[in-house]
Amino acid sequence: MSGCNDSRRRFMAAVGGAFATLTLAPGVILMAQAYTPGGAVSGARRWGLLIDTSKCPDGCDECVTACNTENGLKTATRPTDAQWIRKVEIKDPKTGWSRSFPVMCQHCEHPPCVDVCPTGASFKRADGIVLVDRHICIGCRYCMMACPYKARSLVHEPITDQKPHAPRGKGCVESCTLCVHRVDKGGTPACVEACAASGKNAMLFGDLNDPNSEIARRVKEFPTRQIRADLGLNTGVRYQGI
Amino acid sequence: MGFLGRLSGRIAALAVLVAAFSGLLYAGAGKEGGRTPLPAVTIENGGKCVRDTEWMRRNHMTLLMHQRDDTMYQGVRSTDEALRNCIDCHASSETGSVIGSDRAFCQGCHSYAAVSLDCWDCHNPKVVSAGAETGK
Repeated sequence: MSGCNDSRRRFMAAVGGAFATLTLAPGVILMAQAYTPGGAVSGARRWGLLIDTSKCPDGCDECVTACNTENGLKTATRPTDAQWIRKVEIKDPKTGWSRSFPVMCQHCEHPPCVDVCPTGASFKRADGIVLVDRHICIGCRYCMMACPYKARSLVHEPITDQKPHAPRGKGCVESCTLCVHRVDKGGTPACVEACAASGKNAMLFGDLNDPNSEIARRVKEFPTRQIRADLGLNTGVRYQGI
Repeated sequence: MGFLGRLSGRIAALAVLVAAFSGLLYAGAGKEGGRTPLPAVTIENGGKCVRDTEWMRRNHMTLLMHQRDDTMYQGVRSTDEALRNCIDCHASSETGSVIGSDRAFCQGCHSYAAVSLDCWDCHNPKVVSAGAETGK
């Protein structure tokens, strides 16, 4: 089923996207898609994040603050408050070695939240960004239970003064959108921007499918890990140094 | 043409008469000062819409639904049909919002027609200043 959808998506992307063609042989055509911010998304790209945990100091939460400001979230103080990105500490009790790094929606290639959603509200865009369509979300929270990364939150109370680019409301599940409103205009997520602005440069955003992008070069050159890689979800967010 | 034929002819004549009267009544109701109350909506920047007014009155929901799916699934954010453009143009100059009173652009007609208005449960109904908009 998903294979069928994928092939259809690729076909539609090829038909609808801006592309240059090169005929290699009769009947064999090479198509190169141009990146056009503002146009329809295509499966030619796979947006991803690479987080270098060795550059992420304990106690720094610039990414979390930037996310809250960008998307109009309040700082989470109660267990029921929405949280799109959080700092997680890991420690080896035997050696005392510890690391602190941000965890958000991992934008899986095979997202369990999409598998379990009874209405189809939880979906993966052609470019790999996993989103919730709040127009059809019924707030059942199956996706929250299915997500191994604890990335999703339910909004429990009415919200006012939302950011125009991040509509949010009571009774819907939400999570990191990879700042899709910025990405669609050719920008980078707010957390990545804030991390760079603070001089840490621990986060890198880019197209994993483009072999010339910095993120693709780094994941090829250095060993990186997916959290819970054993689940075979092929996350779009990768970590270095854990 | 027997009895049945005459009867059907009379029924047809009656139907024409009824239709004519109801038409008159309807025309009278639609006018200013008629017996039927009309929504008293204050329309800011009227007549400058992406479609003509009559079309928008009947079909704006279709346009919004189409745009909503294009944005959500395809990432197309640059068209004139964005909900944000409706607000920026038609929000009340006093409150800066399209809801909040029965004179407000959205709420005025929707409360008159008793059609629920769910958009603003999640979307911000107010004009947001350029400084607060950080989405790049």
